[in-house]
Amino acid sequence: MSIDLASPPLIRARGLTKRFGAFTAVDAVDFDVAPGEAFGFLGPNGAGKTSTMRMIGCTSPATGGTLSVLGMDPATQGPEIRSRLGVVPQQDTLDEELTVRENLVIYGRYFGLSRAECGRRADELLDFAQLSERRDSRVEPLSGGMKRRLTIARSLINEPDMMLLDEPTTGLDPQARHLLWDRLYRLKQRGVTLVLTTHYMDEAEQLCDRLVVMDKAKIVAEGSPRKLIEQYSTREVTELRFPVGIQETLDGQLDGLAERIEHLPDRLLLYTDDGEAVAVAVHDRGLRPETVLVRRSTLEDVFLRLTGRSLVD
Amino acid sequence: MTAGIVEPTPNPPNAVSSPGPVIRDRPPAPSRLSAAARVFEHRAYQYRRIFGGSLFTSFVSPALFLMAMGLGLGGLVNAESPDAFGGVTYLQFLAPGLLAGSAMQVATFEATFPVMIGLVWGRIFHAMHATPIGPEAVAFGTLGWIAFRLTLIASVFTLVSALFGAVTSPLAILGIPAAVLTGLAFSGLIGAFMATQRTPDKFSAIFRWIITPLFLFSGTFFPVSSLPPAIQPIAWLSPLWHGVELTRGAALGTLLNHPLMALAHLTVLVALLFLGAALFVRNVRRKLAP
Repeated sequence: MSIDLASPPLIRARGLTKRFGAFTAVDAVDFDVAPGEAFGFLGPNGAGKTSTMRMIGCTSPATGGTLSVLGMDPATQGPEIRSRLGVVPQQDTLDEELTVRENLVIYGRYFGLSRAECGRRADELLDFAQLSERRDSRVEPLSGGMKRRLTIARSLINEPDMMLLDEPTTGLDPQARHLLWDRLYRLKQRGVTLVLTTHYMDEAEQLCDRLVVMDKAKIVAEGSPRKLIEQYSTREVTELRFPVGIQETLDGQLDGLAERIEHLPDRLLLYTDDGEAVAVAVHDRGLRPETVLVRRSTLEDVFLRLTGRSLVD
Repeated sequence: MTAGIVEPTPNPPNAVSSPGPVIRDRPPAPSRLSAAARVFEHRAYQYRRIFGGSLFTSFVSPALFLMAMGLGLGGLVNAESPDAFGGVTYLQFLAPGLLAGSAMQVATFEATFPVMIGLVWGRIFHAMHATPIGPEAVAFGTLGWIAFRLTLIASVFTLVSALFGAVTSPLAILGIPAAVLTGLAFSGLIGAFMATQRTPDKFSAIFRWIITPLFLFSGTFFPVSSLPPAIQPIAWLSPLWHGVELTRGAALGTLLNHPLMALAHLTVLVALLFLGAALFVRNVRRKLAP
């Protein structure tokens, strides 16, 4: 499925702002999301991602700016917009007293679907979410990963034009995350527009065609993961970890080895286009780090460069 | 396409245009009434599992109360002062009082835990609001469900009372809507309050300082006129007292002897219901759409 940049955007935000009293959660952000695109908000906790998502999802009125979702105005057409969205909230909102299948059926009823249609779609979605075997068990004892898959299945019951996923894999173990990513990737290939927030750079790289980096209520950069890395970082990074107490005594000894050096509390990041060469040069200068790791630049490096801080505290 | 990063590329102008979002036939967003009906339906799904046990309890609970207090305690009271209750037995006096009092308790309970589950613990109301369902439908669906529960319980209670011989008038059937209204007068207000809470800390305070005193002093177990005269006007402030006057008037067939009083009681309860419902909707909206 390709991204349709010719059609009008599914979301258009200009100067979009959300204030709670004196606190500004989202500060005049601009962005567009095209049909078929997987679009991400990357940023640390408290950056304003969830507030932005809630405005898009028509469950929180904007304080300022303009917002159009699916060509409609959230202020006046909330129910019509929500009927075409699939929402996966940050916290699970499943009904733990009901069974897995009942959760899907009752949710479909909220969209005005007949019971028969809800049942038919529920069975399909249970298949998709790999939960068919658990269809009649109660939700409460399910694992975190299963609950997330059920939440995603539930959000698809109305065959949405666009999915809003707020931190879809936070709190899951790696295996559960990969399973979830696989399901989301399939949806993307079917042409479903995905809008997601995350503070995991690997998730953003895996899923997003394009993303904006948010920090302190503002958008600080925008582009594809590859473009952002090209623009704000080097091709490779050489990570040096020295024995405790040594890193602080190195001043000047690494000068000129890399384009840029970041000092983290536990290691040094040397930004360069040839990580191996830097590793050799470090050795040639007689420095003996405990570990040397050469890797590709990631969005984590982009974020560090843009904000001077790590994504995950 | 391989997994991983895909650069967005504009479509070449002469390429076959890729499908935009497929516009599907969708059912229209439900009206407010049918949206509230969906919320009601959700509660019915939850209730299905405990329906049998719940129905059994609603039979047994009034039976135990009427047996112990109406027959047991009532036997003593009637022997001691046969005219204390205006020519009816203690059982006949007590039964409609308990009916209204039970309605209040059930209605309060139904407006506390389910509201906390909906807004804070399970966040089920938030899930509803992610669909075309609005905060009004969430609030009214919840109140509608409580009304349904109260109707069931009040009907069973009235039936059990009749079996005990505590019903002396066909007007007793009007005690059912009166009890439902009494309960709802509490549900809206209590639900509105719980919708502002993040923890259930105040929950036991509501029962200890509001519900239990009202249950005891609203003419449920003894006439308000036997309270010290200075305290009696306080009882008139109790919504439950207005409810008890209605259910008792219905059960004893005296309701229409004082139509203006009956109308006054009715007006108080309806006013509380409207006030409570309005506050409930407002507070649910504040939580769901901040």
